[in-house]
Amino acid sequence: MLTSLVELTIVGIFVLTLFAVLGLVLVFMERKVSAYMQIRLGPNRVGYKGMAQTLADTIKLLVKEGLTPDGADKFLFNLAPFIVMIGAMLLMAPIPFAKNSQIWDLNIGVLYITAVSSISVIGILMAGWSSNNKYSLLGAMRSGAQIVSYELSAGLAIISIVILTGSLKISDIIASQETGWWLFKGHIPALISFVIFIIAVTAETNRAPFDMAEAESELTAGFHTEYSGMKFALFFLAEYVNIFIVCAIGATLFLGGWMPFHIGNWAGFNHLMDFIPSSIWFFGKTFFLIFVIMWFRWTFPRLRIDQLLNLEWKYLLPIGMFNLLLMTIIAIMGWHF
Amino acid sequence: MSFIGNYISTVYKAVTSLLKGMRRTGYYFTHHKEIITQNYPENRDELNLPERFKGEVVMPHTENNEHRCTGCTACELACPNATIKIITKFDISPEGKKKKALDTFIYHLELCTMCNLCIQACPTDAIKMAQTFEHSVYNRAELTKTLNKPDSKLMEGVE
Amino acid sequence: MGDLIINVGPQHPSTHGVLHLVITLNGETVKKVEPHLGYIHRSIEKMCESLTYRQFIYVTSRMDYLSSHINNHACALVVEKGLQIEVPQRAQYIRVILDELTRLASHQLWWGAMAMDVGAITPFFHAFREREIINDIMEQTCGARLTMNFIVPGGCMYDLHPDFVKRVKDFIVFFKSKLSEYDEMVTNNPIFQARMQNVGSITKENAISYGCSGPVARAAGVVCDVRKLSPYDVYSQVEFTEAIEKEGDCFARYKVRMKEMNESMRIIEQLIDNIPEGEFQAKTKAVLKLPKGDFYSNVETARGDFGVYIISEGGTTPYRIKFRSPGFCNLSALDHMARGNKIGDLVAIMGSLDLVIPDIDR
Repeated sequence: MLTSLVELTIVGIFVLTLFAVLGLVLVFMERKVSAYMQIRLGPNRVGYKGMAQTLADTIKLLVKEGLTPDGADKFLFNLAPFIVMIGAMLLMAPIPFAKNSQIWDLNIGVLYITAVSSISVIGILMAGWSSNNKYSLLGAMRSGAQIVSYELSAGLAIISIVILTGSLKISDIIASQETGWWLFKGHIPALISFVIFIIAVTAETNRAPFDMAEAESELTAGFHTEYSGMKFALFFLAEYVNIFIVCAIGATLFLGGWMPFHIGNWAGFNHLMDFIPSSIWFFGKTFFLIFVIMWFRWTFPRLRIDQLLNLEWKYLLPIGMFNLLLMTIIAIMGWHF
Repeated sequence: MSFIGNYISTVYKAVTSLLKGMRRTGYYFTHHKEIITQNYPENRDELNLPERFKGEVVMPHTENNEHRCTGCTACELACPNATIKIITKFDISPEGKKKKALDTFIYHLELCTMCNLCIQACPTDAIKMAQTFEHSVYNRAELTKTLNKPDSKLMEGVE
Repeated sequence: MGDLIINVGPQHPSTHGVLHLVITLNGETVKKVEPHLGYIHRSIEKMCESLTYRQFIYVTSRMDYLSSHINNHACALVVEKGLQIEVPQRAQYIRVILDELTRLASHQLWWGAMAMDVGAITPFFHAFREREIINDIMEQTCGARLTMNFIVPGGCMYDLHPDFVKRVKDFIVFFKSKLSEYDEMVTNNPIFQARMQNVGSITKENAISYGCSGPVARAAGVVCDVRKLSPYDVYSQVEFTEAIEKEGDCFARYKVRMKEMNESMRIIEQLIDNIPEGEFQAKTKAVLKLPKGDFYSNVETARGDFGVYIISEGGTTPYRIKFRSPGFCNLSALDHMARGNKIGDLVAIMGSLDLVIPDIDR
């Protein structure tokens, strides 16, 4: 009893620290990546080469006045950021950060992930409704419609990998990629699934080019217009941690999680690759996918809400279903590597 | 059948043009020599502004503390918004004649639009534009400048 | 749900200046747009009644600050018309080259701001990199980067800097290679095309009846370039084509402005090597007095048809000046264009109209 309590506390502290560190690192990475693409330097004065910039921003957000608007529904207004954060934290459980380092390896890991990732929609709708502001309401409605639609495509892409593996358990999926990552072993259908997955998760986390909900040049800041101080910091942090989590899921399912890069039966090459620790493999793959998502943001213009939904229901969903059919045939016939 | 052909070609064309755009930003991300930001307060020594830059109006003085302004008030008349105010006095020249001369040249930097009309109007080339651009002060009174230095007098030979 | 009435601005990231729009929405569809102006009204026309004919030129730089040379040019033209001053050839060439450089700089900023309105933030910085080069060239010759005040009645204030010709030629070579980059990043992007096509259309008859001019009217098919219809300075000796499109939607306006950038470079190339020697300013009297009567002249700025109308009673200051600004009439067509479209389209339409609010409010 006592040991399990101690274990729970240690895991809790680990998750919270990981959150804080990830928030700092990801915000700084976004600013630097965007700066280099826009032919300018990013933050480069605070701390060594600007690395203490996010720390300074956090301190600024903490000391700001947390204003609650007059007609707002106080209970929901205060509850909304926490629901979004809790959704993000719960998703940390089934992700393996390194070999034998998974917080909770449940036998329906993939189903748990798709189910829990829908909880953040409730938080966003709550935030928009309780702010008593026309802009926030419009932004939250759009966001809700967008997230619910793109969940379908993401789910279909995930299921196609489950078909190849034959199990919903995450450690099984990773173990099956020992001879090579599913992106390469599953060739064409896996590649199409990967592209659909990346597009769908960019839309789910409200990132450009699908960021109508928080479009800065249109409706000020959308559903989190009325939030300031610590609550805004929580929304901001939850967005970046969500990006990390969905990229981690993508890395686990398509790029092998903590598995090093093995090629078939080349024992010498595989042995060499095994020297690099598995946590570096995992974080490297995740950060590569995060970089790709950031690359999307700073290159493409924004889609209008009806074009966004158009893209999902008329293009991504039919292609995803057709791809699922193709993947099933390949899995049954054994035509993958 | 043509519907499917159209569909596939739309998807293909869209994906290729999106990838071309990504290639362009990827190029800028990897080539750091394209960055054009200048680290401003640290590079004040290397900054050289062109000589025609219109920063503020100054009256150049020689080493003997002499200037070329005769107090004719042509610049005051040419200025569109009363930035220049000239106070004249009467000097007694060696022959005993009374001549008009410059007492104080008051220049309101806070009103100046740097339009260059005063410099065009000056018949003796007494004033010119300097290349300073950092004019912010904490006290507004510092922006009202007197352009002629104390104890300076008119250069010989200027009419 | 009834109709929602929303205020956009006056302080808003995507209205180009202080513009207050009152929008009536039904769900996501716009039903009516009402612009409320006057937030940057500085009573310039009244101010000019107390300024002499040499002094009033600098205020026009601050009206449409992106085409400041062209505005100054219009004022100089009207004073020269009234006093029958003959401008030397060298001055005419210099004025036209500076005009076209200003038009290029204004269109570059428009391109960056349009891409930013639609959501792609990166092209904004790329556009400013090119604009900085033009600003540096202007700084060396005219002394200022934004409000130049270089053109005076009779010619130009100073002669060209010796480095001017070489720098302009280098810039043109540099910019031609960048235009293909612009196409890669924005014009051929399917998301961008989907946001701009069939959005904010206006027919040719409506464009004429609202008084639109410049790229807005040319995108609807109206032939209205002042440089062709009533040429001034050396425009009659220069070869260039007017950019006309038929559809009248946002993408047509975009294409018209991209073509105009190409045509500006063509004009500069024709003139830059052949600048004649001579005077850069005609000899004028010290005090200018226009004879009694009224005088008008108009030029083609980057936004459209800019006109200056002076009523003079024979004194040193005008009795009344009226500026016909292109943005005012283009903005009046916004209501017609935006009805039936969605909010996201409203931002794209405003970006494609290329409004500069100080020009509208004077």
